[in-house]
Amino acid sequence: MKNLLSVSASILTAASLTMASALAETKVGMITTLSGGGAGLGIDVRDGFMLAIKQSGRSDIKVVIEDDQRKPDVAVKLADKMIQSEKVDVLTGIIWSNLAMAVVPSATAQGKFYLSPNAGPSALAGKGCHENYFNVAWQNDNIHEAAGAYADGAGYNKTFILAPNYPAGKDALTGFKRYFKGQIAGEIYTKLGQTDYAAEIAQIRAAGADSVFFFLPGGMGIAFLKQYSGSGVNLPIVGPAFSFDQGILQAVGEAALGVVNTSQWNKDLDNPTNVAFVKSFQAEYGRLPSLYASQGFDTANLLISAIVKADVNSPDAFRKALKSAEFKSTRGDFKFSSNNHPIQSIYAREVIKEGDVYTNKTISVALENHSNVYTKDCKM
Amino acid sequence: MTLVLIAEQILNGLQLGVTLFLMSAGLTLIFGVMGLINLAHGSLYMVGAFAAAAIAGATGSFILALIAAMTASAIAGTIVEISVLRRLYRRDHLDQVLATFALILIFSEGTRWVFGSFPLYLDIPHYLQGPVTLPGEIQYPLYRVTLIILGILIAVFLGLLISKTRIGIKIRAGENDREMIAALGVNISKLYTMIFALGAALAGLSGALVGAIQSVEVGMGEPVLILAFVVIVIGGIGSIKGAMVGSILVGLTDTLGGVFLPKVLQLFMDISTATNLGSSIASMSIYILMGAVLIWRPTGLYGSRL
Amino acid sequence: MEAYWPLWVALMIGERNINLLTLSLFVLIPAWAYLADEPFTITLMTRAVIFALAAVGLNLILGIGGFVSFGHAAFFGLGGYVMGILAWHAQGYSPLLEWPFVIEGTKSMPVIWLVSIMVSAIFALIIGAVSLKTSGVYFIMITLAFAQMMYYFSISWSAYGGEDGMSIYVRNNFPGLNTLDPIQFYSLCFVLLLISLWFVSRLIKSPFGLALNAARQSPQRVQAVGLDLHKLQLFAFVVSGAITGLAGALFADLNRFVSPNMFGWQLSGEFIVFIIIGGVGRLFGPVIGALLFVGLEHFLGELSDFWHIYLGIILLLIVLFSKSGVIGLIAKKEVHSD
Repeated sequence: MKNLLSVSASILTAASLTMASALAETKVGMITTLSGGGAGLGIDVRDGFMLAIKQSGRSDIKVVIEDDQRKPDVAVKLADKMIQSEKVDVLTGIIWSNLAMAVVPSATAQGKFYLSPNAGPSALAGKGCHENYFNVAWQNDNIHEAAGAYADGAGYNKTFILAPNYPAGKDALTGFKRYFKGQIAGEIYTKLGQTDYAAEIAQIRAAGADSVFFFLPGGMGIAFLKQYSGSGVNLPIVGPAFSFDQGILQAVGEAALGVVNTSQWNKDLDNPTNVAFVKSFQAEYGRLPSLYASQGFDTANLLISAIVKADVNSPDAFRKALKSAEFKSTRGDFKFSSNNHPIQSIYAREVIKEGDVYTNKTISVALENHSNVYTKDCKM
Repeated sequence: MTLVLIAEQILNGLQLGVTLFLMSAGLTLIFGVMGLINLAHGSLYMVGAFAAAAIAGATGSFILALIAAMTASAIAGTIVEISVLRRLYRRDHLDQVLATFALILIFSEGTRWVFGSFPLYLDIPHYLQGPVTLPGEIQYPLYRVTLIILGILIAVFLGLLISKTRIGIKIRAGENDREMIAALGVNISKLYTMIFALGAALAGLSGALVGAIQSVEVGMGEPVLILAFVVIVIGGIGSIKGAMVGSILVGLTDTLGGVFLPKVLQLFMDISTATNLGSSIASMSIYILMGAVLIWRPTGLYGSRL
Repeated sequence: MEAYWPLWVALMIGERNINLLTLSLFVLIPAWAYLADEPFTITLMTRAVIFALAAVGLNLILGIGGFVSFGHAAFFGLGGYVMGILAWHAQGYSPLLEWPFVIEGTKSMPVIWLVSIMVSAIFALIIGAVSLKTSGVYFIMITLAFAQMMYYFSISWSAYGGEDGMSIYVRNNFPGLNTLDPIQFYSLCFVLLLISLWFVSRLIKSPFGLALNAARQSPQRVQAVGLDLHKLQLFAFVVSGAITGLAGALFADLNRFVSPNMFGWQLSGEFIVFIIIGGVGRLFGPVIGALLFVGLEHFLGELSDFWHIYLGIILLLIVLFSKSGVIGLIAKKEVHSD
């Protein structure tokens, strides 16, 4: 009798424990930009992320989404809310490096996991790295390094480079120069938010360059491309994907045709996960995905892969599960470097027109299996 | 540092100035005659750009797009004036600041609600694309030359309007003494609405013209608004001439400062410090200009003495 | 205008009682949050208190002095950056200055506050000396210009983060308190707000305050009586900048982060908005305004992605139907004639 009781007790305990862990919810806090000028990127990340969650069919992941309005103090307030009030286990979503710098260090210090679907500032890759911080997109420099490698490979000898005068801009030009071995015909730091580039284009014309590299995210890039195409300066342009993503291309139009840009993802990457992703994204949202959407999608799938292997309430096991990154990414195989950034190939793609829509076509691999230069600074 | 480059930069400064003039002309009239601080002027600029993008997309005609821009902004301006701003003329400037600040919020998010969160496509028409060769073998974009000419024409038109027509007399009288012209029988409400609609139309036109070579997105109006305020302060509130001179000054300072300051500093220090410091000072240059003007003439170059 | 409220409400609530009611909200809400284990509400209230402090500073020159400063974010940012620079050097164990004498960083709040107040006051002296020579919209623009200059300068000052800003990982120290505990930090900020309110109210009632008030209403008469107008206004501007600077240091501590956004013109605009919706020139105007705004931001944000539209509409309604802000709406007596 006693044996029967103890056996049933242990079965019941085992059953309830299993049920408990099956019902154990993982709460995710997504802080991203959903209003104002840069909202397109945040909306893409959110949509990609939620598509993956929906496709997983799991009911044990709860996502809380908030709008940071691109303001650092609002992002900090929301992070506080998510950690203190919503009691989330994992944070994600931030698009901009300056907001990431405001939120990530204190979030990881409080023991929360942060999975970045976009911003990859060098500070968080090098000295400020943390075992709870994982970047699923890239380290900021990578895309620019690839552009430099492409320019070098394409035989450009005198490139004129420009970027806005803020940390990401400086990182961009430094990254480009790291892999570009030719001469720099001229280097300009423009004003952040500047919309008129006539002066800079005039300098490009006067400098005797054979190519141009620029990093001008958002509206700045649109303005530059339009003005450049009307100026009569016909030098080839290389840039990072940030001025040529699916959302922005429609606003630039013809002026972007033929420009080569570097990205870790493109919609024509030929692996089954990506093919399915592009199709399902278009079916669900009625538009083509951008690289931001793919990053959101991959971040969610990384998270799901970890949840399958470990419980978020056992941080060491969960961290290990995250690091092993056993999930199918839209970029093919996925691997983390020692400082938790992706080791991946970066492609050069060209802007083309498909029917009525402007989009990108992959033309070559700019950098293969590329890690980042800050691994030695990271003392994890 | 060739003469061609310098000439091109001067043209760029002029073109920026002309764009600013369209914004500031309306702003200075509105403030000069009606005493209204209109923070929502940037929103009217944005409305014009979005209307132009929508109509250009639908019809393919740039001219129609420009007309649509002016009409849409004028209508938006009129609605706002009649429903909200009319009640605020007697009130403190602060109340006007708050009300127009609230309008910025409504317009920005409202535009995003209607048009979505991604920037829109607007391009210059084919017949205005490409460069044109100016005397001295300077290659300069045709569209920008057109803008400069258009701006000068509008400035002349406004100048004539103010000095030679009955409306112009009413405007000048209104700037001088609001209550008196009401006492003299001028229909103030109608006059104010007309002035506001005119200012709004100019802002919308500016938005459309500039949106064609920049980007059409939510929030595009606020940086221009700040610049326009700097212009009218330098030029003097209420003066169209002041708005013209102020715009040119600001346009030239901003453009030439950004280009030449780093180069000048490079004579004294290494390239990266010079570029860094030069860019910083260049961004501050128009404010330094404004401060200098105000110290010399506390009410701007052509403003009435207080 | 009071007709929009029931008569008995208008008759019964005087300004004094509104002030007491507001203060009690600032005590009761965090107390409830503490007991109900809702630390985020305490964080929200801290944000409201700090914004209130910033606006109290602005109200001195705007409401009492009559000068609309559209650049008070300059002082807010200055206070924040003072905190950021001092704490950053302290957490990195590197001195600020090595020659001619060594200045180490510090993470002690009282020291940081003192330095913030002094630095803001010095800048206010310079900015005020130049700006107060103008008036009206010119004054608005020149104060805006100074704030913009600091904004662009801080973006390009890469030594201290540039646009990325600086993260201060752990909150600074105050003797005897655990400043990371939300309720303790809140109490600290609230006490500072109370002290500032008391200070400003004494100032308003003093001969200086009366002269300033008079100068706003009738500058010529004040000058005729023999008072130095410029000195009066400059002194008010300096005190005003110092108080807002202190708020900036607290804000940086709240967010454990400093960035050029603290110099932004949108923030200057928001401070003005707090004062207007609360009631210009009223002692508690900025306090009520800040609380309302933070509350609206929070609750409306949950309604929709486009909540700015609702916020705009509410602000419009407040300005259209209330002559002197919320206090004016509820209280019966006018404090200043206009």
